[in-house]
Amino acid sequence: MGINGNTLASLKRGQKGVIAAVDATDPQVQRLMTLGLVEGAEVELAGCALGGDPMEFRLFGCGISLRQEQARHFTVTSSDAGD
Amino acid sequence: MTKSTVTRVPITDITVSRQADASIAVVGGPNSGKSTLFNRLTGLRQRIGNYPGVTVERHVGTLKTDDHTIELIDLPGTHALSAHSFEEQIAIDVIFGRMEGTQPPDGILAVVDATNLYQGLYLVQQLIELELPVVVALTMSDAAERGGLKIDVNRLSTRLGGIRVCPVVATTGQGINYLRNELVNLKQDEPPRYADAWPELSAAARALAESATVPLRRAEIERLLIDGASGANAHVLACLGENGSAEVERYRDQLFGVEPPLAKEARVRYAWVRDVLDDVQQTLPPFYSWRTRLTEFFNQPIPGTIGLFVVMAVVFQAVFAWATPIMDLIDNASAALGTLVSSQLGDGAFASLIGDGVIAGVGSVVVFLPQIMILFLFIILLEDSGYLARAAYLLDRAMRSVGLSGQSIIPMISSFACAVPGIMATRVIPNRRDRIATILAAPFMTCSARLPVYALLIAAFVPARDVGFLNLQGLVLFGLYMFGIIAGVLTALLMRQTALRGPKPPFALMLPEFRRPNLQTVLIQLLGRARVFLYRAGTVIFTVAVIVWALAYYPRATDIDPLLNENQAAAAQLEQSWLGRAGHVVEPVFKPLGWDWRVSSAVIAGFPAREVVIAVLGTVYAVGDQADEATLTQRLRAATWPDGSPVFTLPMVLGLLIFYACCLQCAATLAVIRRETNSWRWPVFAWAYMTTIGYLGALLAFQLL
Repeated sequence: MGINGNTLASLKRGQKGVIAAVDATDPQVQRLMTLGLVEGAEVELAGCALGGDPMEFRLFGCGISLRQEQARHFTVTSSDAGD
Repeated sequence: MTKSTVTRVPITDITVSRQADASIAVVGGPNSGKSTLFNRLTGLRQRIGNYPGVTVERHVGTLKTDDHTIELIDLPGTHALSAHSFEEQIAIDVIFGRMEGTQPPDGILAVVDATNLYQGLYLVQQLIELELPVVVALTMSDAAERGGLKIDVNRLSTRLGGIRVCPVVATTGQGINYLRNELVNLKQDEPPRYADAWPELSAAARALAESATVPLRRAEIERLLIDGASGANAHVLACLGENGSAEVERYRDQLFGVEPPLAKEARVRYAWVRDVLDDVQQTLPPFYSWRTRLTEFFNQPIPGTIGLFVVMAVVFQAVFAWATPIMDLIDNASAALGTLVSSQLGDGAFASLIGDGVIAGVGSVVVFLPQIMILFLFIILLEDSGYLARAAYLLDRAMRSVGLSGQSIIPMISSFACAVPGIMATRVIPNRRDRIATILAAPFMTCSARLPVYALLIAAFVPARDVGFLNLQGLVLFGLYMFGIIAGVLTALLMRQTALRGPKPPFALMLPEFRRPNLQTVLIQLLGRARVFLYRAGTVIFTVAVIVWALAYYPRATDIDPLLNENQAAAAQLEQSWLGRAGHVVEPVFKPLGWDWRVSSAVIAGFPAREVVIAVLGTVYAVGDQADEATLTQRLRAATWPDGSPVFTLPMVLGLLIFYACCLQCAATLAVIRRETNSWRWPVFAWAYMTTIGYLGALLAFQLL
């Protein structure tokens, strides 16, 4: 639990994490926040396109795809310990 | 306090007839099942128009009960009341009653996907603050159940300030009657009590509303506080009295401090949404369905990418193979109608106008209807099944390397049928530079109007040799398609590096689960498209056909040798008509490309609509009315310069094909670029740019080969 310095971009397929902090200075990141990517939300990496980018996440049951560079703005703590 | 100013449209300006008892805006996120529900509620009682000055379609339907008529406005999907794209802005303007020609809504039907309450409730929360009556339709409640979600509807209604929540399954009609009754009575409902999601913001908005010179909605002031005084919010600020700016700044400081307001809003509102979800939603272990399996399979990079190429191959195969028999039928019908008309009306100018101008001209366009319908059918099916978003996601990386994003894929694919709907489909692209770059690339895609020209010239002049296991003619056709794609992509790249340089567009795409498309919704959308296309054929193309006909018909020749047969006489007439004279005038310009005056006049005639070219070639090479393609082909092969050398040599034909692949010979496309970019700058640029490229390409082909 609580791997510091991890972002959404470092999740493995099927792995879940809870967003711990968002670097919200970029307006594009603010836009993603209005889609629900905020502190406290649980996110799972569902898959990715060829080359690992963009990535597809599941957020409360809905799919949302982000590019790696965007995913790096979201720090996560792992929520499924030991898995 | 009640002095009326500019924020609302005066009642006298409202052009929509006012027979309905109430007007209700249908609001929901993209993929919330909004359109399916709208179609289920209104059936075929729908009108599709445009919002003034833009090409965003305005869908209005009526819901009739024994003694009530309710008007429903289906708005473009929006995640929130802060706009990030052109279509979202339209939705928001209608909701706030700021859209010219559209009645301010009396109530809101909020459409929320039961499987995605998390994002849905974010929007509902903002809608509650409009102080209008709101009813929530919880769509796909069957899918939610299958997915293991148990929603306490009564508890949800309480948490949302007492508004009605109606679970529905739009595809089967379950819950629709109950919802319909709620909608009929909605106008009389009290606006919802405050849901208490963000008391500080609400208090600030209420305090500011006190000092307003006109009554303002709380939500309008909230948007001003959060989004700042840009765009439509400037009006709101202007209504807040002389201290307005200072007061707004003071509240913004107090509410947000150094935090970006939009980020703060997301944090506060989603914290509330999570709190509500904990209260009303129970998650049971989901039923593992075929949808989940399918989604998981296509989530893997390699099966996903292979699947995408298979889907695209099937679509192209269908568009070009399945449409042919119906197209032949239309072609023959239009020819037969032309013959019938000329036999009935005789020889005069009027008969020629109807037969050669109107029937041949409009017929040559209507013939593309089957192809366009099949393409649209696939696009609608792919969109409604949730696959199109996935295609955009899978191709994002490739598109990014040319400065676009995955969202540009859909407009590009649509443009293979016709650039007009393709350019209209760019509205989903939030970034303006990205959108214009896509608009400029789209007309390079080989549209179905280019195909007959390609087919004719390739069949006539490219030898049917085998190259390996491929046929040279097929290879040339494939090459032309690839040429269009590459030219479009290079154009986008060039534009993104020069006039449209800017930061890389953001990319966030909602990826819905696969679902079975609803037949009724698919058919209604398809019929709507067909109507729009036929309307265009009936107006723009009708006009073009008549103008081209007149240029070729007048002035009448007086001294045609009576010994000439009918076809030769027609050719002689054409040569001295306005069109023929124009061909002679521009011949020096096109001579370096190897074109004589006949080809030049056909090309000129094709500028308003490129498919006209075949008809003009038919006349100019004196084939006459009884022409079929074989005779036209023979005439083209036999055409010579005055010195006896053939006009249609292989380099000349390849140049002509390249010219057609590039040149923007389509008035309808220019008109739609003008409307979508709201300026003459881009259509003029696109036309000049594409014509220049086409000319240079043809020149190089003719001179070097």
